[in-house]
Amino acid sequence: MSTTPTPASSDADFSAPRRLGESCQALRHRISDGDLGSTPVVAGLIVIWITFQVLNPTFLTAPNLVNLALQSAAVGTIAIGVVLVLLLGQIDLSVGSMSGLASAILAVTFVQWQWPVMLSIIAALAAGAAIGAAYGLLFTRFGVPTFIITLAGLLGVLGVQLWVLGDAGSINIPFDSWIVRFAQQMFLPDALSYVLSMTAAAGYFVVTYRANRRRGEAGLGSKPMTETALRSTGLLAVLIFGSWYLNKDRGVALMFVLFVTLVLCTNYMLKRTKWGRSVYAVGGNVDAARRAGIRVNRVYISVFVAATTLAALGGVLAAARLAAANQSSGGGDTNLTAIAAAVIGGTSLFGGRGSAWSALVGIVVIMSISSGLTLLSLDSSVRYMVTGAVVLLAVIIDAISRRSRASHGLA
Amino acid sequence: MNTEPLHVVEEQPVVSLRGVSKTFGAVKALQNVNFDVYAGEVVAVVGDNGAGKTTLVKILAGVHAATSGEVFYEGEAVRIDDPADSQALGIATVFQDLALCDNLDVVANLFLGREVGALAMDEVEMEQRSWALLRQLSAKLPAVRTPIASLSGGQRQTVAIARSLVGNPSIVVLDEPTAALGVAQTAEVLNLIERLRETGLGVVLISHNMADVQAVADRVVVLRLGRNNGEFLVPDVSYEEIIAAITGATDNAVSRRALAAAREESHE
Repeated sequence: MSTTPTPASSDADFSAPRRLGESCQALRHRISDGDLGSTPVVAGLIVIWITFQVLNPTFLTAPNLVNLALQSAAVGTIAIGVVLVLLLGQIDLSVGSMSGLASAILAVTFVQWQWPVMLSIIAALAAGAAIGAAYGLLFTRFGVPTFIITLAGLLGVLGVQLWVLGDAGSINIPFDSWIVRFAQQMFLPDALSYVLSMTAAAGYFVVTYRANRRRGEAGLGSKPMTETALRSTGLLAVLIFGSWYLNKDRGVALMFVLFVTLVLCTNYMLKRTKWGRSVYAVGGNVDAARRAGIRVNRVYISVFVAATTLAALGGVLAAARLAAANQSSGGGDTNLTAIAAAVIGGTSLFGGRGSAWSALVGIVVIMSISSGLTLLSLDSSVRYMVTGAVVLLAVIIDAISRRSRASHGLA
Repeated sequence: MNTEPLHVVEEQPVVSLRGVSKTFGAVKALQNVNFDVYAGEVVAVVGDNGAGKTTLVKILAGVHAATSGEVFYEGEAVRIDDPADSQALGIATVFQDLALCDNLDVVANLFLGREVGALAMDEVEMEQRSWALLRQLSAKLPAVRTPIASLSGGQRQTVAIARSLVGNPSIVVLDEPTAALGVAQTAEVLNLIERLRETGLGVVLISHNMADVQAVADRVVVLRLGRNNGEFLVPDVSYEEIIAAITGATDNAVSRRALAAAREESHE
């Protein structure tokens, strides 16, 4: 405490804009201190893509990547909810069943009862929100561990799904319905995809530039102009190239755009709003959060409602993509894929660390492995084993980086 | 025991407890305790383990409600039923465990629960005010955007004390602020306490450490087995007198040891 510089002198240090080299150095320090974030998984994703491309040249072709994006959207949406729950240091094991129930509600109300499609979707989402509220109340009132509550939910909600489907067992959703076309055939027009890419990059530049200028005016440290410009240009290049490459085939799926928009919105909520700050605070130290005047119970309930609603939305998207809902909707590996995606993406199982982006990165990794192994015509047994190994690896990286933070006094 | 109220600065106490008792089932943690805090003074609360120091803190902080007795704020009877009441009255409490979130940075911790900004948080404003706050305390922190986890014990204590000032309180209650600190860091925290007094705040210092108490406190309130057992002005009182009040007798392990040592010396 006595050896560190005074705030006054630090001010002097920080008010000068940082140079680019210092930014790189800061990143290097963060990584060596064990604050890894999404760095290992992005590196891992590149390795995975190169490996599969070498093994099978069709892997990185436009049609395959378009499919990859389509496949990622539904389970990825569920994974966003899982990220929220994990940030609190809790778990939701029932997201798979929840998505299955939402599929069933969509199919039954829309196909059998002839409801308007929007009403069916709202009903499915409302069911999700209600179940999330029930979890939240059970947890905050009785203090039952969420592991147990959602384990009970896994079975109970699956039961409700089978009951909703009734004798039908499997219900097909007509191909000409709006929701199925949205999930299967709607893509951004080429021109629009480029316009959106440019808007996104320009938006990023303007927001960052303004924030930096305000920080500079306030006498606080700001990032160098060149860094902002480089990042924006990089983002633009990636988006334009990605759009162009996907446009060689069918293009950028609207469902994928919806998924990415949800990730962006969740990220904003988590990083910029008071609610998001309280989510991180509760995940980091629930007693501290309570004493700081945060209404902890509301945070728990709101997060569970958000998570199950996102799971329900994922179920709606999955049903639309499949054009059917049946007894195995949301079953099988949906549950664990969604949780694995959040963890692989770098959200800590121990609470308080992670971001909405981990849902996006994590699901792309899992779907890439799945798609790559399918292209190699390997059995699904191998796919499960490989995915299992990757999940284990991700958790090991999480645990090691936690230990590394501890040894650097950052735990 | 003094019946005449002792104080250094003003006539009217900011917060005053009169005849406060707190029972947990059959356990009487506090019985009929009187306690005053004046603006611009450091009042130390000392006592042995189980004397009721922590219970007194928790009553002030609104963690426990008093079983009986009255609380006055600037002469008016008030109730402190939960932490929000306590904060609304302008009583800020820094607990021994500091209650910081390790995964959040200094700015986030300082403004936790009272973030600036309507829909989106105003990070620039909060960071500026953080620096202003730390400068006001002449506190030394390397940066305000590092997670709390990377700070030392003394720096964490600094952040916790700085945080108590965010809501512009009139009284700051510090529960064992130096218990886990080294020599240099303890000195820093004592400086911080003096700076709080200079800004006109009433500071309640709970401590086991008589050296710290004698270094910064103006007044010492002694609790023993849940009752008032003496109140002294620090310049007028010796270490032995405080110890005697804490242990309830002039004949105790500490005084006997001192006596034995004195005898030995006289024998030689």
